[in-house]
Amino acid sequence: MSKELIRLADCTMAFDDEVVLDKINLYINDKEFLTLLGPSGCGKTTTLRIIGGFQTPTSGDVYFDGVRINAVPPHKRAINTVFQKYALFPHLNVYENIAFGLRIPKIDEKGKKIKLSEQEIDQRVMEMLQVVNLKGFEKRRVTSLSGGQQQRVAIARALVNRPKVLLLDEPLGALDLKLRKDMQNELKRIQQAMGITFIYVTHDQEEALAMSDTVVVMDSGRIQQIGTPEDIYNEPKNAFVADFIGESNIIDGIMREDGVVEIFNRRFQCLDKGFAKDEPVDVVIRPEDVDIVPEDQGQLKGTVTNVTFKGMQYDIIVDFYGFKWLIQTTDLSPVGSHIGIKIDPDGFHVMKKSEYSGMFGDYSSYSEEYEEISDVDYEPEEEGKEGGNEE
Amino acid sequence: MNLGSRPGVLGRVFTALVFLFLYLPIFLLIIFSFNAGSSSAVWQGFSLRWYEELFQDRLIINGVYTTLVVSLLATAIATVAGTFAAIGFYNMRRRWREPLLVVNNIPMINADIVTGVSLCLFFVASFGAWNGFVTWMENTYRLTAPRLELGFVTLLIAHVSFNIPYVVLAIMPKLRQMDKNLIDAAQDLGCTWMQAFWKVVVPEIKPGIVNGMLIAFTMSVDDFVISYFTAGPKTSTLAMVIYSMTKKRVNPKINAVSTLLFGAVLLLLIIVNVRQVRQEKAAKRK
Repeated sequence: MSKELIRLADCTMAFDDEVVLDKINLYINDKEFLTLLGPSGCGKTTTLRIIGGFQTPTSGDVYFDGVRINAVPPHKRAINTVFQKYALFPHLNVYENIAFGLRIPKIDEKGKKIKLSEQEIDQRVMEMLQVVNLKGFEKRRVTSLSGGQQQRVAIARALVNRPKVLLLDEPLGALDLKLRKDMQNELKRIQQAMGITFIYVTHDQEEALAMSDTVVVMDSGRIQQIGTPEDIYNEPKNAFVADFIGESNIIDGIMREDGVVEIFNRRFQCLDKGFAKDEPVDVVIRPEDVDIVPEDQGQLKGTVTNVTFKGMQYDIIVDFYGFKWLIQTTDLSPVGSHIGIKIDPDGFHVMKKSEYSGMFGDYSSYSEEYEEISDVDYEPEEEGKEGGNEE
Repeated sequence: MNLGSRPGVLGRVFTALVFLFLYLPIFLLIIFSFNAGSSSAVWQGFSLRWYEELFQDRLIINGVYTTLVVSLLATAIATVAGTFAAIGFYNMRRRWREPLLVVNNIPMINADIVTGVSLCLFFVASFGAWNGFVTWMENTYRLTAPRLELGFVTLLIAHVSFNIPYVVLAIMPKLRQMDKNLIDAAQDLGCTWMQAFWKVVVPEIKPGIVNGMLIAFTMSVDDFVISYFTAGPKTSTLAMVIYSMTKKRVNPKINAVSTLLFGAVLLLLIIVNVRQVRQEKAAKRK
């Protein structure tokens, strides 16, 4: 699990004068499920295309198994890709789509052409159809399949070549929610069954958290944080990560001493250490870590301004001294009621100030922001791709 | 007035008149090609006489032969060149592609006579320069090289050049419909660019290539004006032979050969249209 397979060293990508990737450093281990997560235009697809060999970085190096592969074309890399919108070959049936890669003669180290026998091709295609649960679909036209089925064909077509790495570019983006959940489990199962590295690109944070061993959060061409899903959720490095992954209230604070943070001129116990005395910081408080108590027992007092019923819980917006918080609670507090809140020491997460400080974490513009968050629908990135394949 | 209602009597009469006006001349031509006498005004009974004479006329047979060879060769060359040109356009950045596609379309709207005269001028001017150079070489160094003149080759070049835009125009929509990632996907699965082109791009745009080919062939067979200016004195296409025959006396053989030409072009156009309708239906089914 720990063997390094791919390394990007100081990779920069620029189209004309526009820097799409800014000195990316990243290594990917063998058999790892790694997700590149970020909003559209963050550079995640470009990173994937560099690994796949469809783009050469403007500067920096790409290593595969310790060998520099900057100039190696896609067809010579032990990497296969599942493309956005699948890119199945419409003129071939399911069987021939999957067999496509197997029918291309390969050239071995001695320069000898290797061609697989029909029998071997047949055996491997059938094996893959089994893996993706598409037995009996061999002769079907790919255009007659549903989105989910096309997705499976695309995965089978890539995996049948037994790559060391599978790249997946927003593969579930075009599927509806229910199917997307099923395919998430399916992908995870396939990855574990095949024992290969998956590099997955998505802008859907839930998807990233649910499937990955490692999540790489990206924004404006830079890596913001690399970590396990638990790490990036519980210990976000900056306001961008805290805001992008889940819901966060991000408040200006001052670190008075180890284990003591001050917000709204009040000191709270926390678990964070290692900051300078009186260092200004960003404090993250997740909506589910806030307990509502009667007003006179609260550490902070506020007024409920908005309540949304979400099924599992209520999302309520509470005004504390002009700053609006999102709190998730199972107890209804009606709009206009005055409440107190309590936060346990492990409910605080303290972050160093960054360029993103002050940009996120206030729920004053709640309604619009909520729409934006729930809008995880597929956004085609076609426009940017026009001509230059920029993301 | 309701535009969606069925046409009234007036509308039907008008439509009939339009079609009569369009097709009556061709219809008369076909009828009189089977006339036993040589009159173009009086029907003297059915006969295949002019068709028999037609096939004994060396000039006409040569014209048919030249037309077929030029059209087939020009179509083949223009189809290959046009396909690669279309792929070149497709891979260009939009800011270059759009203006260049307009440039590609201009020769199609341009009057044939202008295209013909300008090609003729171009050939004559460049051959004049070359022939002058050959004369100078002979006089100075006693070295010689063949002199160039208008003929079959210039005719062929002219046909290729006016066919290419039609091929490009027929293929571009197919390329646009193609998923951009298909080429990447083929390369990802082990193809070189060339293999990806043959295994994925060509099957995808094949309907466009075939349509382009048929249109190019039809345009070539159909052409008179551009051929007239570029074929030189010794080479004649069928259309040019017919034209020169009309200069003397109106010979009923002209009716016969025109009927055959009309039939051939009509057949090609029907094939092109049926193919297009079928493709649209297939696209809708997807």
